[in-house]
Amino acid sequence: MTPFVKEHGIVVPLDRANVDTDQIIPKQFLKSIRRTGFGETLFFDWKRRADGTLDPEFPLNQAHFKDAIIMVVRNNFGCGSSREHAVWAVVQAGFRVVIAPTRVLDGNRVPAFADIFASNSVKNGLLTIELPETEVDRIFDAITATPGMKATVDLTLQTITLHGAKDETIRFEIDSIRKDHLLRGLDDIALTLEHATQITSFEAKHDTQLRAQPA
Amino acid sequence: MAKTLFQKIWDRHVAKELADGTVLLYIDRHLIHEVTSAQAFEGLRLAGRPVRRPELTVATMDHNVPTEAKERKNIADAISRAQIEMLEKNCKDFGVTLYGLDSERQGIVHIIGPELGLTLPGTTIVCGDSHTSTHGAFGTLAFGIGTSEVEHVLATQTLRQTKPGTFRVDFMGRLRPGVTAKDMILKLIGTIGTSGGTGSVLEYTGEAVRALSMEERMTVCNMSIEGGARAGMIAPDDTTFDYVSRGERPFAPRGAALDQAIAYWKTLPSDPDAAFDRTITIDVDKLAPQVTWGTNPGMVMDVTERVPEPGSVPGYSRVDVEKALDYMGLTPGTPLTDVPVNVVFIGSCTNGRIEDLRRAAMVMSGRQVAKGVQVLVVPGSESVRKQAEAENLDKIFKAAGCEWRFAGCSMCLGMNPDQLKNQQRSASTSNRNFEGRQGKGGRTHLVSPEMAAAAAIAGHFVDFREWK
Repeated sequence: MTPFVKEHGIVVPLDRANVDTDQIIPKQFLKSIRRTGFGETLFFDWKRRADGTLDPEFPLNQAHFKDAIIMVVRNNFGCGSSREHAVWAVVQAGFRVVIAPTRVLDGNRVPAFADIFASNSVKNGLLTIELPETEVDRIFDAITATPGMKATVDLTLQTITLHGAKDETIRFEIDSIRKDHLLRGLDDIALTLEHATQITSFEAKHDTQLRAQPA
Repeated sequence: MAKTLFQKIWDRHVAKELADGTVLLYIDRHLIHEVTSAQAFEGLRLAGRPVRRPELTVATMDHNVPTEAKERKNIADAISRAQIEMLEKNCKDFGVTLYGLDSERQGIVHIIGPELGLTLPGTTIVCGDSHTSTHGAFGTLAFGIGTSEVEHVLATQTLRQTKPGTFRVDFMGRLRPGVTAKDMILKLIGTIGTSGGTGSVLEYTGEAVRALSMEERMTVCNMSIEGGARAGMIAPDDTTFDYVSRGERPFAPRGAALDQAIAYWKTLPSDPDAAFDRTITIDVDKLAPQVTWGTNPGMVMDVTERVPEPGSVPGYSRVDVEKALDYMGLTPGTPLTDVPVNVVFIGSCTNGRIEDLRRAAMVMSGRQVAKGVQVLVVPGSESVRKQAEAENLDKIFKAAGCEWRFAGCSMCLGMNPDQLKNQQRSASTSNRNFEGRQGKGGRTHLVSPEMAAAAAIAGHFVDFREWK
């Protein structure tokens, strides 16, 4: 997996909450048996008008966001299905970072990302950053003021520096396990197989309750 | 120390605690299907890794299989066909048991797991599909995973996991006639929102849950993911043991082994004083049939209500609601019972089991589908189809004007030819009303099988409690 250390590039805004995986990659693109070729399918339907032509209103279609590598969105991004194809589409369209807000609504925390999407992201070198809503609003405002604005995301320092009218730095929190995995670009399977002996000894005393195999 | 059901299963499956605070969680059953497994097997081939315990993985094909007889023999869509053939090849090469299109027990992965006796209390089950939460109905820790994790399980029979939180959902009271398990889970999602359960494993408790059949419990657990929770569980009891003990379930224990297993399963329910991180109580006494009006399952209301005004829906911004209503083609203030439907879909891993079909057939019996309404009835598995045909349910559906199909995911996600056309409106017993889910431009309303069948007859939504 490609390690994530520090990235610099354009930030594209997608001002929508609860963006589900069916929007990120519509189902007709899940039939591929390959791991590549998903970049063009990102937000396939949202990118297009009813007649099939590209919608110039959709941010990802706009010239100043063309080479964006950072996407800023609203809460609960990636909800819905477990399809890792959604993360493949985001990554293969050139993105390295997605930023979303955690909100507090009626005393409950509304998460930035859906669980499975976040878990799939780290396995593909995609950094998902959770920020308080006020900070995310600041990023949206900065892009409105300077469309095509760039930012630098430094995972080691846990900072986002917005290069708008003036430089502003926002610090973010990330759990140490996810950070370590991304920084080192670790292969989970190889790491787990280092514990093969322990898995074998666990299996020796563990009952899977599987009693039969059909003929 | 007092433990929850989840904690008991978790503790028994920690194969190794890792230095970073995560664990290697042992996986007892791994279910795979054609859509999310191909790239995982490709990864194994590239790294030269074998499947560690092929006998613990079981495969079927469900997502993109055609549901019409002639198409099943000869799949017209070359890309769909290639994906199905790849699964056949992978299962053969790696020694995995496959219930393919030629099998009498093929079906939706979450329907055949329980049918085959693969789903047992106290076990861990994963699958590259978010509706794996279904199996939690048995007191099983079951959750959906991505393809990288599918590969990880194939190679190691474990997953690296951070322990989730616990969230108890207590359904008190008694369901009124015409109100169902589907309405319970839709009400919960409407209450906590589509991310209310994120980071948690739900445990459903309370007298209303205890009163549910196994199939109804599966409907509840199935949609845990629509509330953001990867898993939802129900403590096993006599209803569970009875289900596992009955029928042709080749993977389930029998005889002395079953008695021994049941003795263990009886130790699984949460201890009375076990603590949960969060608890919510929902009273089902006055619960009405639920209908979704928007573009996610949390956008749901009683069938007696009217399409909401933007700015009046807790948890959603004015813009969220405006966009949803615009997509759905709905005007605020319209009574839901005035909303007409073009297509009715009865099936899916949420509501494609035999009890669902029986209840829908009861509504349809001796009646005719409204003019211009297309109705697809898609059994969740070939076993369900055969059982339904043995009970002549297929004849009832066909006499009413429905199409009777073979098993698969079908119009729940429209990866096969069963899709909504632009601006067609459906009453669907499935689990997601996302934009385009059932077909580009299609408008989905999630309901129970009874509500779907009644909408098919009436041509619009009706309050099933008043159905004569």
